Amino acid sequence: MSQTRPAMTSMQRVLTAVGHQEPDRVPLLLLPTLHGARELGVPIDTYFSDPALVAQGQLRMRQRYRHDCLYTFYYASIETEAWGGESIFRDDGPPNAGAPLISDLEAIQRLSPPRIEDAPGLRRVLETTRLLAAETGGEVPIIGVAIAPFSLPVMQLGFEAYLDLMHDRRDLFDRLMRLNEAFCVAWANAQVAAGAHAICYFDPLSSSSMVPPELFLETGHPIAQRVIQQIKAPVALHLASGEGLPIIDHLASTGAALLGVSCHEDLGQLKQASRGRIALFGHLNGIEMRHWSAEQAEQQVKAALAAAAPGGGFALADNHGEIPWQVPEEVLLAIAEANERWGRYPLDWCDEAARAEALRAGVPESDTAAETASAADTAGAADTDAAADTAGAANTDGDAGPLAVSAARSAARTDVP
Amino acid sequence: MSIQAAALRDALLTLNRIRALQLLQAATATMAPLKVVEDLVRPALEQVGDLWDRGGCALSQVYMSGRICEELLDQLLGDPTRPSSSDLTPAADSPRLAIVVLEDYHLLGKQIVRTVMRSSGHSVRDYGRQTVDDLVEKVCFDEIDILLVSTLMLPAALRVEALMRRLGDEAPSTRVVVGGAPYRFDDRLWREVGAHAVGLNAGEVVGLVEQLQRGAR
Ligand code: B12
Repeated sequence: MSQTRPAMTSMQRVLTAVGHQEPDRVPLLLLPTLHGARELGVPIDTYFSDPALVAQGQLRMRQRYRHDCLYTFYYASIETEAWGGESIFRDDGPPNAGAPLISDLEAIQRLSPPRIEDAPGLRRVLETTRLLAAETGGEVPIIGVAIAPFSLPVMQLGFEAYLDLMHDRRDLFDRLMRLNEAFCVAWANAQVAAGAHAICYFDPLSSSSMVPPELFLETGHPIAQRVIQQIKAPVALHLASGEGLPIIDHLASTGAALLGVSCHEDLGQLKQASRGRIALFGHLNGIEMRHWSAEQAEQQVKAALAAAAPGGGFALADNHGEIPWQVPEEVLLAIAEANERWGRYPLDWCDEAARAEALRAGVPESDTAAETASAADTAGAADTDAAADTAGAANTDGDAGPLAVSAARSAARTDVP
Repeated sequence: MSIQAAALRDALLTLNRIRALQLLQAATATMAPLKVVEDLVRPALEQVGDLWDRGGCALSQVYMSGRICEELLDQLLGDPTRPSSSDLTPAADSPRLAIVVLEDYHLLGKQIVRTVMRSSGHSVRDYGRQTVDDLVEKVCFDEIDILLVSTLMLPAALRVEALMRRLGDEAPSTRVVVGGAPYRFDDRLWREVGAHAVGLNAGEVVGLVEQLQRGAR
């Protein structure tokens, strides 16, 4: 049995893991936001109206769950508030962006990015950051958030109009990206100046669930490279539970130190594909977490650790970057306890045999998945057929084609006898 | 799937509008409009949806595929759901359908599903965004047989439970199909909220509607 290692501060633990080494234990980057309001017994809108409440909520939650970061994320549409949009609050979940602030695409010609200091919402986030920095003195990483220039337009224009813009009006698209890039860099660096140690760059639109790799390479990828290079702190690129395996090499070359990954993908394969190049965090399913028992939480934590923690370069987290309001505190505690229990390095319990087995099991599947994705993405006539057939084969006993699979699956999705 | 349908699917995935137009023009020259929709457009869109579900293509391709089909069908055949284009209007026993976004501000899922339905020749009432109360009233008034509900946020997906309770009292024969991201992350959720069916991608919707229709008979 190996010795457990000397205890580290949260900052040392996270930096060691992100440096692709094994710290004393796997860092837990639990990212609760709304639960702070419940912790303090105030409604969600009241909570986010007062920077001191958010700071207090974060500190209390860290005391309770003993995780390795503080998180200054309020909600995504706080950024579009700065551009003149509104947020609509509800009492059982995060607020959402109201009506798109750009209804006529031509208005992009006249748009200019807001100044950070003119935006009351952003000023509140900065104040929370300063309060947390003063309280913790560098021992705990403070993680700020910036929505990627490539993802923000979903809230600025609405999703449909944005997809139309991307496909039909590259001139206006390019202009909007330039404005958003300037805003994103200014916003991220304002948070760094206020005391954030890292920035979580949310870019689900770059995920291969949202745009095909070729389009990502023309758009989200160069944008991420330009922006990340200008942010004066390490960046965690988060796909917000969108998928990333088909573009993992390109994600690793954005300059981000960490990548937030989805529970819809095989964590072992992701790890294999990214080892030593970009650290991973994830990939617990926040939505399903709502009804996990303590045992299920423990199983899920163990499975994630076994798949990605050996050798370092991994932090345990949910797969979206925010724990839903409906997740009970007990589940979060069970996750923290399981990580405390099973996440101590060296991870002797994931013995060599099990690890080798995991690797072996991962290889052929990983090849198939990669082929499926790339074949389908190039979407040449012949390739697509092959892709659909490969995918279908994995889900049926016989040689039924993809349509038969689809029908079989929908059969299992109705209550019709 | 036929060679033409596969060719259409591939044209759609590569956003090749010209090729898609050629394929549809060739088909309409020899086939009845309803047949073109059933044998070409529907299978192509179903496969695009299915491919997305498996990580084989991106949502932008799903969206653009629907948009291209809808535009081309309008161009070639006129509005497929307008009563005037009677060749295309499905049989008289087709169910009354409606689609809605429930207490959520995200309309794209609904738009995509509506496009698939429309391009497959089904007419669907679009209720836009509704609260439970207003929705129940509309469903009762319009005597909707099958209601398609799209949600993106978890709290909205959970509100379906309240909807199902109300419909159980006031419109017990209405069948409800749910869909949207939360259901894709939790396979128990649709049963938990009491829906009659779930669609994990827009391409499944026509098949589900048909299944529910058969079940209702
Ligand atoms: C891209 C994305 C973003 C982008 C853009 C979001 C947007 N649309 O406004 C940004 C970065 C801005 C963002 C922000 C937020 N997001 Co977000 N985001 C995503 C992501 C990756 C895709 C969402 C999307 O729009 N997809 C496109 C739609 C069309 O896809 P879809 O709903 O799945 O629909 C398809 C099928 O499901 C089906 N379908 C849909 N409806 C129906 C209906 C029927 C009847 C049928 C048959 C089929 C069907 O057809 C569609 C095509 O096949 C998802 C995670 C994921 N992997 O899906 C999270 C997700 C939607 N986000 C989530 C959240 C919480 C948020 C925020 C509230 C975070 C915050 N605290 O601020 C904000 C809200 C933003 C806003 N608008 O105000 C959660 C929502 C669930 C929850 N936890 O409550 C998700 C699911 C992530 C997660 N795993 O938890 N997000």
